[in-house]
Amino acid sequence: MPKAFTKLNAIAAPIMRSNIDTDVIIRIERLVGTSIRGTLGKWAFGSLRYLPDGSENPEFILNREPYRNAEVLITGPNFGCGSSREGAVWSLQESGIRAIIGSGFGDIFFANCFQNGILPIMVDKEIVDGLAMEVEHSQGAGRVAIDLEEQTITSPSGKVHRFEIDPRRRAGLLKGLDEIELTLQRDAEIRAFQAADRKDRPWIHFARDQARDHA
Amino acid sequence: MLAKIWDQHVIARISDDTDLLHIDRHLLHDLGGSRGLLDLKSRNLPVHNPELTFATPDHAISSAHGRAGTTKVGLELLEELRAETSASGITMFDLDQPGQGIVHVIGPELGLSLPGCLIVCGDSHTCTHGGLGALAFGIGSSELAHVLATQALIQRRPKTMRVKFEGKMSACVTPKDLILALIGHIGAAGGTGYAVEYAGSAIRDMPVEGRLTICNLSIELGAKMGMVAPDEKTYEFVRGRRYAPHGALWDRAVAAWRALPSDADAVFDREVTIDVNTIIPQVTWGISPEHVVGVDGHVPDPQDIEDPVRRTAIETAIDYMGLKAGAPIAGTPVDWVFIGSCTNSRLSDLRAAAAIARGRKVAAGVRAWVVPGSEIVKREAVAEGLDKLFIEAGFEWREPGCSMCLAANGEVVAPGERSVSTSNRNFIGRQGPRARTHLASPAMAAAAAISGAIADVRMMER
Repeated sequence: MPKAFTKLNAIAAPIMRSNIDTDVIIRIERLVGTSIRGTLGKWAFGSLRYLPDGSENPEFILNREPYRNAEVLITGPNFGCGSSREGAVWSLQESGIRAIIGSGFGDIFFANCFQNGILPIMVDKEIVDGLAMEVEHSQGAGRVAIDLEEQTITSPSGKVHRFEIDPRRRAGLLKGLDEIELTLQRDAEIRAFQAADRKDRPWIHFARDQARDHA
Repeated sequence: MLAKIWDQHVIARISDDTDLLHIDRHLLHDLGGSRGLLDLKSRNLPVHNPELTFATPDHAISSAHGRAGTTKVGLELLEELRAETSASGITMFDLDQPGQGIVHVIGPELGLSLPGCLIVCGDSHTCTHGGLGALAFGIGSSELAHVLATQALIQRRPKTMRVKFEGKMSACVTPKDLILALIGHIGAAGGTGYAVEYAGSAIRDMPVEGRLTICNLSIELGAKMGMVAPDEKTYEFVRGRRYAPHGALWDRAVAAWRALPSDADAVFDREVTIDVNTIIPQVTWGISPEHVVGVDGHVPDPQDIEDPVRRTAIETAIDYMGLKAGAPIAGTPVDWVFIGSCTNSRLSDLRAAAAIARGRKVAAGVRAWVVPGSEIVKREAVAEGLDKLFIEAGFEWREPGCSMCLAANGEVVAPGERSVSTSNRNFIGRQGPRARTHLASPAMAAAAAISGAIADVRMMER
């Protein structure tokens, strides 16, 4: 069940390199296992966070104060491109991230964020760059405020930027709605569709035992 | 074509641009399949349509003979997938059975993936199935559970892009080279937010397996969905496959599929045309598929780049890859060659690699693997003697699965070592921590194995 998201006033960390892919956000071997939830936070950005000997890379932004406590990421273009692994979002969530601001995101990563109560905000590159610059000038002290109800980001210096968001996604986050429950309320419609479609496209619909017979 | 297939699957309109869509086929694999089924169990929900759901292990199993060396967690995931699919009445194609293999190889091969069909899988390369004229895309774990519980998914209608590949492919140029060249041209985010339809004379002339390769890399363009209009080649490919319609139903299905291609006056949000005549074999040099050059090209020189952000990005990539700015890409020594993955592990891919490997030897110091995409591909290749040909040339012939494409099964390229791979991602650490990956076609990969370095396959053609 996703957590609700309404407002946030938090430390933001700029990670501005373009095309940060989901392999970089979380390595695959951290996701191979039967009970991985709750173990992923420290492995977010593992290949950037740690040196080859396993020690922390002091240059990586999330290893530095005050960014260590960041709840917002400010990101370069095409953040979260690549694999569909939802573990990328889980690892960010478990490391304390609640919102991500960028000029563009991988489509599947973007959808996965909403499923976990993380708010991805898409705004023009100039706004992203401006926010990153302000945060860097304040050496991380300047906080970024996000108001989902009002659809605004407030920069450390008080500049207010409005952002657009799919109204359905917004409502879902504000209330922490469970999509499966909502869709199951429409189960009669799903079954009616299937009954009609079975006549139109019978080759799509197998009988319960027919699929097994083929195998 | 997107609109036609989309509209056929709308159960309910959610908003102007968002619909509840029916899912025709749901494919599960060992990394996320059992997790989704257990998620449903914990909510006390049944699987809505187990007969439209199919599973196979591919990611976490070893590709060694007898599956030796499958990790403890890999075995746990396999056992869990067996138990949970069996409990839910879902068909699973298990190890050593015809039907097992990489999900995106077995879907088309078994006739599960059909033109006009809506297919999802918890894997971003699900776009592969679009090569048959299906609407197919990857989903995350939450959406996967949603599909198991409802056989439906809420989706926002994407924008449309048409990419026309016009002209004739030169000798040694493959579908992989075409799609890599496109990614180099419009960038790794060029397709974000779009469903891409591939068209043009080169696509019309291309066999279905090549179209699957083209569509497979849609996600590396940023596009969740890629598709090719179905035609006679598609119907010939699908006809007679295990789950494809037969008899009178076949005729009805083909009649319906003939109505799917975009109309002549269809309008797309973006159009791109690529001149195929000028494309030569491609190879990536960096850490994104957009870092690609022709095999006669050079590693870029950051000093030539004015934009400081781009310059830094290119410096990072060159540094990670251990290359020299401005150096020719051909001649770069390699340690590993991997021929496999959902991109390039079908019979035609293995034949193309074999044509280069035949009668030659893998260079000293290079480890070269051939990992067929499925049990069926493996058996067909063995029947043609390709396994012997590869083994005689010094390649290792392995068992079907994802293997070293993403190294989820522990099969890794060692830190600092360099690989030429027929897979789809050259991301940092993709083939193992600090591994360096160059993406290329199967023929180019075979040429690199023989030469011990990135080589121009056109010099090795017979």
